[in-house]
Amino acid sequence: MAIANLRIQPRFPTWPVYLAGLLPALFYTYQIFYGDLGADPAKTLEHAMGEWALRFLILGLAITPLRRELGIGLLKYRRAIGLVAFLYVVLHLTVYLLLDQGLDWPAIWADIVKRPYITIGMAGFVLLLPLAVTSFNAAIRWVGGRNWNRLHKLVYPAVLAGAVHYVMLVKSWPVEPLVYLAIVVALLGWRVWRRA
Amino acid sequence: MLLRHAPDLSEREVTPRDLYLNRRHLLAGFGGMMLAGAGAAQAAVKSPFSTDETPTSLKDITSYNNFYEFGTDKSDPARNAGRLTVKPWKVKIDGMVGKPGEYDLDDLLKGMTIEERIYRMRCVEGWSMVIPWNGFPLASLLKRVEPQSGAKFVAFETLVRPSEMSGQGGFFKILDWPYVEGLRLDEAMNPLTLLATGLYGESLPNQNGAPLRLVVPWKYGFKGIKSIVRISLTDKQPATSWNIQAPQEYGFYSNVNPEVDHPRWSQATERRIGDGGGLFAKRRPTLPFNGYADQVASLYAGMDLRKFY
Repeated sequence: MAIANLRIQPRFPTWPVYLAGLLPALFYTYQIFYGDLGADPAKTLEHAMGEWALRFLILGLAITPLRRELGIGLLKYRRAIGLVAFLYVVLHLTVYLLLDQGLDWPAIWADIVKRPYITIGMAGFVLLLPLAVTSFNAAIRWVGGRNWNRLHKLVYPAVLAGAVHYVMLVKSWPVEPLVYLAIVVALLGWRVWRRA
Repeated sequence: MLLRHAPDLSEREVTPRDLYLNRRHLLAGFGGMMLAGAGAAQAAVKSPFSTDETPTSLKDITSYNNFYEFGTDKSDPARNAGRLTVKPWKVKIDGMVGKPGEYDLDDLLKGMTIEERIYRMRCVEGWSMVIPWNGFPLASLLKRVEPQSGAKFVAFETLVRPSEMSGQGGFFKILDWPYVEGLRLDEAMNPLTLLATGLYGESLPNQNGAPLRLVVPWKYGFKGIKSIVRISLTDKQPATSWNIQAPQEYGFYSNVNPEVDHPRWSQATERRIGDGGGLFAKRRPTLPFNGYADQVASLYAGMDLRKFY
């Protein structure tokens, strides 16, 4: 690992990253009780949680390119970023199941099998599960470093699924989901280009 | 600008006391919050076509809607529509009519009885509201301009003015402007079909399609074209904006139908905005023709509504 040529390497511990990652969730919790989530509060929450999940997933994908291309060493914080991203994926899914669909399981199942954007979103969640489960030091030892690295490459299709899920659910072609997809494609494309 | 003052008010033009008080109550509820485009009082007579369901709040109706000319987010219209100039306003009426012309809106409204019509509104996205519109039947206007015997459809067009409609500019073209819509002539002549000029007893806020918009309560909301500048009668089925954008998802008819899903989501249920459930607002079943089947189902007798979605 080429640590020698890192130009910037923050030394602060990881807990502030977890804390910062929780801020959006705290903000929306506050909004639920004291604020205004607009005319369709469940939708507002659902979209907000999904978007924060994508943002943190993208941040996680950016760590390696930042290191290799700009010499910014943030590897130490990647696990925190990944776990925060997973928290928002879980919150997004919970809002969908509980508030959007009201735990109407037949309707939810019909959505998953009949609606490609839901199928893809769900696939992204399932791909992230083993990564979240193996995010502890002990798990890395059990799985073994090499296999663990291999396993965690599942994050690539998972993030792509998340970005495609967003593009597929909107009407027409608004800019925002396309921007997310473009960033994800760029970050994954960089990896393909590095290997070529 | 020519400002005219009526020498006196007729009984009809006086806001009924209960409406007036109701409005006071609403304003108090918002803590005096000003809403962009909230306008002048508009007298209206009650209509038997109104539902007795509780209307959605003025705040939700005027701050949560789609009007892509002002942006794709449902909060964009309220934010950006304030700049739109709605007076003077002309509507071109052309095609197969006896009296074509470029009419001033004030002239079109002369002699029209403004009614209050409290209608359900079902958005194709799966949410719904109850909206107290003010307006007059489209049929009243069409009769006045004398459709020719060969006319079978009515086509509508929204204003194109990128300098005041921020969503019409920009790099990505969201839709092909102008926004266009259409109805079969018998749908247009149905007494439920309304040209709205106001809501909640006041002139239409810009974000809701001022100064003149279509309301077809048994169809998905996007059929209700806003800020209309042209109405044409024709013998051919007119192109409609969302059908051009995604033909497999949005048909010409777009009648509310719980049996026919949008290809990407179910239309079986809907969430009523602001129905008291708040965060836990339950979905409710969507009704065929949005609950107006008694008045309009016969228009589609014998048609395969899966094919003509």
